[in-house]
Amino acid sequence: MALLELQGIAKHFGAIEALKGVDLSIQAGEVVGLMGDNGAGKSTLVRVIAGNFRPSEGEIRIEGQTKHFHKPVDARAEGIEVVYQDLALCDNLTAAANVFLGREMKRRIGPIKILDYAAMYARVAELFSELKSETRPRDLVRQMSGGQRQAVAIARTRLSDARIVLMDEPTAAISVRQVAEVLGLIRRLRDKGIAVVLISHRMPDVFAVSDRVVVMRRGTKVADKSVNQTSPEEVTGLITGAIHTA
Amino acid sequence: MTTNLPTRPFQSSVAIEDITGLKERSLGQRLLASQPFWVTIALIIMCAVMTWDQPDAFASADNFYNITRNFAFIGIMAVGMTAVILTGGIDLSVGSLMGLVGVVCGLVLQAGYHWAAAVLAGLFAGGAAGAVNGLLIAYVGLPAFVVTLGMLSVARSLAIVLSENKMIYEFGPWGDTFNALGGGSVLGIANPVWTLLVLALVFGFVFNATAWGNYLYAIGSNENAARLTGVPVRRIKLQAYIVSGLTAALASVLIVGWQGSAINALGQGYELRVIASTVIGGADLMGGQGSAYGAVVGAALIEVIRNSLLMAGVDSNWQGAFVGLFIVLAVLLQRIRGKRSA
Ligand SMILES: Nc1ncnc2c1ncn2[C@@H]1O[C@H](COP(=O)(O)OP(=O)(O)OP(=O)(O)O)[C@@H](O)[C@H]1O
Ligand SMILES: [Mg+2]
Repeated sequence: MALLELQGIAKHFGAIEALKGVDLSIQAGEVVGLMGDNGAGKSTLVRVIAGNFRPSEGEIRIEGQTKHFHKPVDARAEGIEVVYQDLALCDNLTAAANVFLGREMKRRIGPIKILDYAAMYARVAELFSELKSETRPRDLVRQMSGGQRQAVAIARTRLSDARIVLMDEPTAAISVRQVAEVLGLIRRLRDKGIAVVLISHRMPDVFAVSDRVVVMRRGTKVADKSVNQTSPEEVTGLITGAIHTA
Repeated sequence: MTTNLPTRPFQSSVAIEDITGLKERSLGQRLLASQPFWVTIALIIMCAVMTWDQPDAFASADNFYNITRNFAFIGIMAVGMTAVILTGGIDLSVGSLMGLVGVVCGLVLQAGYHWAAAVLAGLFAGGAAGAVNGLLIAYVGLPAFVVTLGMLSVARSLAIVLSENKMIYEFGPWGDTFNALGGGSVLGIANPVWTLLVLALVFGFVFNATAWGNYLYAIGSNENAARLTGVPVRRIKLQAYIVSGLTAALASVLIVGWQGSAINALGQGYELRVIASTVIGGADLMGGQGSAYGAVVGAALIEVIRNSLLMAGVDSNWQGAFVGLFIVLAVLLQRIRGKRSA
């Protein structure tokens, strides 16, 4: 049984049909590369899975059970973690506060619960060293480089035991060395049986880690192939529309 | 929500800094970059100059008592306003709420009820008005500026209608006890000042050490991100406006007690002084920045300057001009500092 199954997903924004009848199924421990031109509907699909948007039509199933996500927390409760394309960070908060936002570690003092900063800093420092990122837990996100910001967004997905990690352009702003770290992380997630959806415009990255490549064009899925049975050339053709379907 | 992650040794955070060889900003550097610190320095210099210039008038125990009590009312409201401004909102209704709450307290006392009933009725009126603001802003999605401007008008009008446009001063059997709340003092310090002190400590703690406080900053710096990561944005915003309504009510209860009468014009124009206090104390009107301590020193600075101008013989009608000027200057200062640190 598939871990995540989408059936006939459509999403309209007024007259815009951002998604039309998308079917997708992902197994545990599978890495799926999701590609497509700007505006193809990749981020919209991620946001539907993550509970940000209710689909206009279609069904989301997790291990065969139909789910209705009303808000992001619902999806997170099912083990779905997301790195958003715009990273969704609060500039005035520290890296640690951002990583733990919405699920802070707390300590009880008598009747009141206070934030356990020491534990959060320690845990976040550990996550950053795991990502080999030179990011300091106490720094404000406002002062950070693009790569550091991305590390914060990725560290967030490592807090709890996720089953599905959706990464929307996680390597867009980072250095070659950090790209290698992120790809390494994706492989480690896969080895733990976690499903990963990687959205990227960088063909080599997608082909380096994915088991399957899914291509979207104008809101529909035009290809869904094992990486062994396709090539960067074919995928490029599918993205641009030079090749219609595969 | 408590995460049940295993807690790990703290050394790891040291290790990463060893590897990168990068240091975090020291306490001293952070202090130098903070607006409340510089406002505190300005306040100390102001007081020193005035003490040297007018040792008898300014540095007297009486004047100290007056200054602290006067800014306490504004400071109390500024602490509540900080919660709202942290979320990126604004509450223009606090001055009118004072008027409404004052009239409500006056009427309850005049009818012969217990002083505690008057206090509770006043707090309820303030909290309820704050809740209406919060519901319209957080759940209906109207702009804070519009909603609280509407409340400014509605609350003032209600105060006038309820009071039949008369001053209320016959406070009934519990009047003296009620008046002692706001008019009295303990250890030579006025009760409103003690109230402000406690409130500032409580909110200083809440803003820094609790998840609720953290969420205020998160919403103010990126509301969308806060929502995506599971912060209950609407509920927190609603609560911030309730807090602001409650602190306005508390200030009103104390000021009515001190004056021994309630007039429907109470608090007129105070919203500007309250907002000025928070902004001068380092709060960012765009949200995500500010502190309880900043609100208090901001209020103190405005009052000391006002007091000094009066002593220097400047016509008190100039007050509004100075408050307005300070608001603009404080925001300008923030811009300049913001550019430098960016
Ligand atoms: N909230 C929204 N309201 C209206 N239209 C939207 C909204 N979000 C996305 N769209 C539209 O849906 C379409 C798909 O957008 P989407 O962000 O999913 O593209 P994408 O594949 O992620 O592109 P990119 O590679 O540029 O990130 C676009 O036409 C976009 O304008
Ligand atoms: Mg996108």
